[in-house]
Amino acid sequence: MLNQGLADIAKALAKGEYSSVELTQAYLDSIAKHNQALNAFITVTAEQALVQAAAADARRATGSATLMTGIPIAHKDIFCTKGVRTSCASRMLDNFIAPYDATVVEKLAADGVVMLGKTNMDEFAMGSSNETSWYGPVRNPWNQELVPGGSSGGSASAVAAHLCPAATATDTGGSIRQPASFCGLTGIKPTYGRVSRWGMIAFASSLDQAGVLTRSAEDAAMMMQVISGFDPRDSTSVDLPVPDYLAELKKPLQGLRIGIPKQHFAEGLNPQVEAQIREALKEFEKLGATIKEISLDNSHLSVSAYYVIAPAEASANLSRYDGVRYGYRCANPTDLEDMYKRSRAEGFGAEVKRRIMVGTYALSAGFYDAYYVKAQKIRRLIKDDFSRAFEQVDVIMGPTSPHTAFPLGAKTTDPVAMYLEDIYTIAVNLAGLPGLSIPAGLVNGLPIGLQIVGRDFDEARLLNVAHQFQQVTDWHQRTPGMGI
Amino acid sequence: MTIELKDIETIAHLARLELSPAEQQEALKSINNILVLINQMQEIDTSGVVPLAHAYDASQRCREDKVTETDQRDLLLAGAPSTANGLFLVPKVIE
Repeated sequence: MLNQGLADIAKALAKGEYSSVELTQAYLDSIAKHNQALNAFITVTAEQALVQAAAADARRATGSATLMTGIPIAHKDIFCTKGVRTSCASRMLDNFIAPYDATVVEKLAADGVVMLGKTNMDEFAMGSSNETSWYGPVRNPWNQELVPGGSSGGSASAVAAHLCPAATATDTGGSIRQPASFCGLTGIKPTYGRVSRWGMIAFASSLDQAGVLTRSAEDAAMMMQVISGFDPRDSTSVDLPVPDYLAELKKPLQGLRIGIPKQHFAEGLNPQVEAQIREALKEFEKLGATIKEISLDNSHLSVSAYYVIAPAEASANLSRYDGVRYGYRCANPTDLEDMYKRSRAEGFGAEVKRRIMVGTYALSAGFYDAYYVKAQKIRRLIKDDFSRAFEQVDVIMGPTSPHTAFPLGAKTTDPVAMYLEDIYTIAVNLAGLPGLSIPAGLVNGLPIGLQIVGRDFDEARLLNVAHQFQQVTDWHQRTPGMGI
Repeated sequence: MTIELKDIETIAHLARLELSPAEQQEALKSINNILVLINQMQEIDTSGVVPLAHAYDASQRCREDKVTETDQRDLLLAGAPSTANGLFLVPKVIE
């Protein structure tokens, strides 16, 4: 049963082939067996999971189960979970027991979804390899010497290794899509505003968006159906109806217009990855789509603008960690300033401190116009590039990452090299658009991802396009060896 | 544009971060490398472009002015490093 996706699990639970308690126990056993090697979970909530599973089975017995009732999943440890440690993979929040549930957590729980635990991640979601976690790096189940990608590396590793069938995740610059690419998963970053950010620990508030990591587009559609929608508690949540994602999956792709940005097939892209992506594009042509080269003229400036905007917002957001109301406080502070400075110095890791410093500098008097305002102007140009492209095409496709997963430690001493990891994904966050990554081939036995970007709030189309591809290919069904 | 060690000291103070001399040196090196990346923005002329602060140019939605929060003082104080009589405690600030 650990090989099944959400759709098959839902059918099996409905038919009574196994109970939620049995399934949940099977996943807990899988976690117990493999988590020590992968470090994908920070917290496993075994006892609570079995209680929730029993409640889900009881609910099914009364006839009030929904499609998702009884399915166990994991939450990225950035989502607040009431009564359960919510660490954001930081020493700062190592002792933080969330006093409430995030909206995403609450919605899934209301449907009877079982929580197996909280997954590892880059500290405060700042990283592209899951190596900045206070709890140590996560390993890639395809090859444990390699990173799983980040920042949602724990969620990706856990789903790929069958420690859970699906997991929540977040994406500020590529943190869902790049781990999906590295671990052979389907990962969707919805449009900014589509899924509530309430109870999701803030990194860069104008870019952060919650999404999911799953084994197929169909599974992602099931998860998205539950977590999407307006939330009055998130002031940037958008009040639009949520389509029936599962129904939309079935639409044929005849006449679909695909745009290929020439900038995403330029220098820096691994030729073997490019060859696989071009093969995938041929599959879409067979399905009736047409392909047209487009230009995103300012895409080469997206990483530069992002590394002003995201650190600036982070420096403001993370000023709340002051050692007063919750989280880490240093020992024996001599005065208030000493308490602030040492609590933050000891509570935050190196990358988080680096970004706070960059953001503080970019926002400081005398530099605000040269950095922050300039970055926002480039953000406008990037958004305009996409708007022009979407006058000619329905979706934009290209590689999610220029290469396959890299070895642990390969980029930890060079922050700029790590930042350039997100070269194809970052512009999508700056523009607020939905983006999805699906497995589209193997290079030297490692998965690669195809990124599909859509118009604002067109998640249904992205899931539809991904699902139709997965009906004629089996890349999404490939799994790492690992004896699972 | 590059920064110097004294700038690192100023930024660290503004961000309320205590950095050791070794950490200051590391920050100087890595932040200057990051500034090279960031300064690629200056390649293009953006005069006349209206800054975009938010993907939809939206302003914050206002809610009705009524009390929605419940009293959760004890729950919220439970996570604090130091409390007494329903208050957060910090080191003495007034002699």
